[in-house]
Amino acid sequence: MKLLVTLKRTPQRDARIRISEAGDSLDLDNVQFEVNPFDELAVEEALRIREAGGEVEVVVVTVGGEECQQQLISALAMGADRAVRVESSGQLDSLRVAGALAAVARREEPDLVLAGKLAVDDECGQVPAMMAGLLGWPQANQASSIELSEDASSLRVVCEVDAGLETVTLALPAVVMADLRLNEPRYASLPGIMKAKKKPVEVLALDELGDAGSTRSRVTGFRALEEKPPGVRLDTVEELVRALEERKLV
Amino acid sequence: MTDTLVVIQAAAAELSKSDLSAAGFGSQAASAAGGAYDILLLGPMASSLSSTAAGLGARTVFTMSSGELEAYTAEAYASAVEAFLEGRSWRLVAAATSSSTKEYFPRLAALLDVPMASDVLKVESSDSQRVVFTRAVFVGNLLATVELEAPRALVTCRASEFEPPAAAAEPSAIHEVEAPSELAHPGKSFVGIEAASSDRPDLKEADIIVSVGRGTRGLEEGIPLCEKLADTLGAALGATRAVVDAGWMANEFQIGQTGKIVAPEVYIAIGLSGSIQHLAGMRNSKTIVAINTDPEAPIFDVADFGLVADLFDAVPELTAALEKRGG
Ligand SMILES: Cc1cc2nc3c(=O)[nH]c(=O)nc-3n(C[C@H](O)[C@H](O)[C@H](O)COP(=O)(O)OP(=O)(O)OC[C@H]3O[C@@H](n4cnc5c(N)ncnc54)[C@H](O)[C@@H]3O)c2cc1C
Ligand SMILES: Nc1ncnc2c1ncn2[C@@H]1O[C@H](COP(=O)(O)O)[C@@H](O)[C@H]1O
Repeated sequence: MKLLVTLKRTPQRDARIRISEAGDSLDLDNVQFEVNPFDELAVEEALRIREAGGEVEVVVVTVGGEECQQQLISALAMGADRAVRVESSGQLDSLRVAGALAAVARREEPDLVLAGKLAVDDECGQVPAMMAGLLGWPQANQASSIELSEDASSLRVVCEVDAGLETVTLALPAVVMADLRLNEPRYASLPGIMKAKKKPVEVLALDELGDAGSTRSRVTGFRALEEKPPGVRLDTVEELVRALEERKLV
Repeated sequence: MTDTLVVIQAAAAELSKSDLSAAGFGSQAASAAGGAYDILLLGPMASSLSSTAAGLGARTVFTMSSGELEAYTAEAYASAVEAFLEGRSWRLVAAATSSSTKEYFPRLAALLDVPMASDVLKVESSDSQRVVFTRAVFVGNLLATVELEAPRALVTCRASEFEPPAAAAEPSAIHEVEAPSELAHPGKSFVGIEAASSDRPDLKEADIIVSVGRGTRGLEEGIPLCEKLADTLGAALGATRAVVDAGWMANEFQIGQTGKIVAPEVYIAIGLSGSIQHLAGMRNSKTIVAINTDPEAPIFDVADFGLVADLFDAVPELTAALEKRGG
């Protein structure tokens, strides 16, 4: 069985991102990067499927520049077997990233693609579902549990939807997007980190994958949130009730 | 081509607040582009919702349902909309952000080969080639301007940021459309859904939300106090991730980056710190009240009214004061 995990390099989860002085780009000079938290869950889930038995290969893939190498190595250090990086620079929109990842999926022919449900930088939540659409594969979003059938031909997935917990089954191959409660990602062990450096990372050019798309969706600027005037500190519940009543809020 | 189509999932007996907001988005986007807007009701309740939907100022209300659309799957819904759009032209195809549209709209974008913007807050401008939106990025800490350059685009909109459309003088035309006889939904089946039953209002519909954090110490301790407050106010109950992870409340109550995004009239945050991921889901609430023992808790940075107090004293006192006033 082969599992393909898509992974994006994103700023550390609690980083405060600021706008550059010019106002239209981001000041990322002092920002640390990591594997997008939801992709870390996807890597972890793939490793658990492998550990549950059988012949399973875990391949991680990212679309991005040289700087993403570190995040691929983090996933290899967690235990993934090998990595693929699709070389790209500049802004690609979600559909182009999905196109490149779908092309990698056609080459690798995985039984299952595991992705994150959301990249915490652009917060689009688009790429994996687009990938599923391009491949014509079934998909499940916001997965909080995944169970492989005994003959490894289908999956039972529990998804955290607005109304509660939805259960679906998917025939493989399929695309599944990890949500927060899917698992607790492990830390890379020291031997894992040592081994990661020797694991293969294949670099592919975007046009090798038949990328013919153009980027049609672009971020053209950033703004800070509107400043909210500071609130009022109250000392007693009585004052709070009065304040709410005065504003006719209760 | 300057028209907007708003797709509404017709699964419940009534249109939700989000559905009305999506219609509001449609009318706003169409008027920005100088066009009209239409509604597509998709799913088992499509016909029965059509007369209500016809009062929302759309040009036409289309309805589509079939056995395969009875239970929602991303695969069937995406291919139904794809089939519906065949030979018809709209500038924008829109829906309110929900767990369903998060799943099937990007799939649809791929099937149609058109760009998409997720969870937009505002339409900046729209013409036949370019549409510009504002949306939140980086855990809601920044706003980005996003330009889609294409004659057709998909968009999901954050319901809390769009008012329902003004009441229409004339009802829309209603047009029943046949669903394609075989919808492509490769290999997917719906097994079932498990929802926590609750008599309280839905998070997305509520005017007041009482939201609880780890500081409540669980079901045996602070949560019942907060439930009592919620019931006194007729409020919905919400929670942080920590509360859901601890198993104190079900996942559908989580508010934040990975839960629901809400903006009620009043948000009462109790024993929660105000992590950036939580703020991303509630910072646009009209009035925020925070009760926390830690004067440095970040929730106080966004609170309109902050009370540094032990919730185990303050919440019962607040409930009692409100009850007395009511009775
Ligand atoms: C990728 C990612 C996504 C996430 N998505 C979400 C999300 O969608 N929603 C979400 O909520 N979180 C999310 N989180 C988690 C988030 O980072 C925080 O861990 C979480 O919000 C903390 O919950 P809390 O405020 O209940 O708990 P804590 O941060 O532990 O805060 C508890 C608070 O209670 C106060 N307190 C304690 N005792 C009392 C008392 N007796 N009276 C009054 N106050 C008291 C304390 O002072 C403290 O401020 C996400 C995290 C990641 C990494
Ligand atoms: N450049 C990329 N390379 C690999 N995977 C990606 C990339 N961008 C997005 N993804 C995957 O798609 C998920 C959702 O991303 P997004 O649509 O950008 O929110 C991420 O969690 C990743 O699993």
